[in-house]
Amino acid sequence: MDFLNAIVVLANFVLIPATAYGAQLALGALGVTLIYGILRFSNFAHGDTMAFGTMVTILVTWWFQSMGIGLGPLPTALLALPAGIAATAVLLLATDRIVFRFYRKQKAVPVTLVIVSIGVMFILNGLVRFIIGPDDQRFADGARFIVNVRQFEAWSGLEEGLAIRTTQGITVITAVLTVALLFWFLNHTRTGKSMRAFSDNEDLALLSGINPERVVMITWIIVAALATIAGVLYGLDKSFKPFTYFQLLLPIFAAAIVGGLGNPLGAIAGGFVIAYSEVAVTYAFKKVLGYLLPQQLEPDGLVQLLSTDYKFAVSFAILVIVLLFRPTGLFRGKSV
Amino acid sequence: MAEPFLIGENMTGGYGGADILHGCTVAVEKGQIAVIVGPNGAGKSTAMKAVFGMLPLRAGTVRLNGEDITTLSPQDRVARGMAFVPQNQNIFTSMSVEENLEMGAFLRRDDIRATIEEVYALFPILRDKRRQAAGELSGGQRQQVAVGRALMTQPSLLMLDEPTAGVSPIVMDELFDRIIEVARSGISILMVEQNARQALEIADKGYVLVQGSNAYTDTGKALLADPEVRRTFLGG
Repeated sequence: MDFLNAIVVLANFVLIPATAYGAQLALGALGVTLIYGILRFSNFAHGDTMAFGTMVTILVTWWFQSMGIGLGPLPTALLALPAGIAATAVLLLATDRIVFRFYRKQKAVPVTLVIVSIGVMFILNGLVRFIIGPDDQRFADGARFIVNVRQFEAWSGLEEGLAIRTTQGITVITAVLTVALLFWFLNHTRTGKSMRAFSDNEDLALLSGINPERVVMITWIIVAALATIAGVLYGLDKSFKPFTYFQLLLPIFAAAIVGGLGNPLGAIAGGFVIAYSEVAVTYAFKKVLGYLLPQQLEPDGLVQLLSTDYKFAVSFAILVIVLLFRPTGLFRGKSV
Repeated sequence: MAEPFLIGENMTGGYGGADILHGCTVAVEKGQIAVIVGPNGAGKSTAMKAVFGMLPLRAGTVRLNGEDITTLSPQDRVARGMAFVPQNQNIFTSMSVEENLEMGAFLRRDDIRATIEEVYALFPILRDKRRQAAGELSGGQRQQVAVGRALMTQPSLLMLDEPTAGVSPIVMDELFDRIIEVARSGISILMVEQNARQALEIADKGYVLVQGSNAYTDTGKALLADPEVRRTFLGG
């Protein structure tokens, strides 16, 4: 019984939250990795792109809520998501037209594009704060739990309870659907294949008659969808605050690099590696060990390796280790 | 004499700075094989790039089927029926063999399955490996993928930049046989080769370039028989 209790505690506080967080990071990292593969630079504006998409979704959600439109037990934000994606796609295409295309035509080196993307990041940063403000916004509605602690305890008869929040369930399901759709697109459609060809060998893609501007345009639209979905899921699961989204840049980049930049499969694996590590290292294992170990060995301390304030150190440490020992990432990405 | 199917005439130009080509002329007749040979740095690959529009020309013209195409971009030349197999990075390594062929036919909107079958008939090994990533194949098989990709546009002219670079002698003979087969089907072939002797043996026309201009031009057989060419370029 103690063993089962330990597993339930672990699932409740580590496995389930980390899976949801990992799915959010994976979607974010997919966007970063696509940009890297096609446009060949690291887009530092990605965190703020997520913030922008989420902000639009929140505004539309509030509008729907004020009109009494909802999805019952599901959050209204899901209904507003397409509007957020569309607005973000317009924003990204406009940014590309005004800013990135200029440097692409000049065949600017990747590091120049990185610096340019930092500029775009600051502008988006300001734009989002200007429109919705720098404060925390909550926009989740509908049912709070799929499984709540009391139900679980009654059902299992265990001392420890397990809760699965609706937002966690929605996160995982949406992420699986999105990723399945993305991979189907990349592997089975003419346009998707031309994107992979362009990412693989730009010169040969040109020789084959693939139109680079079209590939770039479709990439931005897909990235807009991925970033908005990732941002909205994160916001539903936690809360929306522009600064938090800016900070998400580190774990997202860590995930993309750990998996191998430019490799979509790697981005997903990387997202989960980072999420599980971050949650596991900052979780206090006292209770779990209390169930597993004999009474006299029960720890006095919290058995927490790192305070949650330092969670970014985990991404950073993993990033450094991977770059030292396997610079192309777990799934062999590329480096330009 | 009638105009050749493709001719790059008096081509002069370089990558900015000094010229690499100095009044160089290469041409190929319909369904024939023309080979460009010459010492290292003679501008062989540069001449190919010039013909394909990847090098700005200061003087000279490129004409395909009597039409002046000097100012067309490489992509437009692909649409006109020219296909180019670069020397390096000539396949999509992360994509399967079949996807490589599909990408070759990207500009085509009609049914490409028949053309894929033709390529498999020409290179049977590719049919067995069609689901494998092209980057996992051997050097000779990769060249077959590269040539196959170029053939997917159903070109009237195929340009090959050192197709046998880095493959074993047996594979090289095999590749040359296939190239002859392609030429027999009516496709003109213009290629650059390091293995000058073997290449000239299959060539209808040979061009020996030295420092960006034509040193010798004749049929492949005549060049092989020319004692001067043998002594200077073919090692006796």
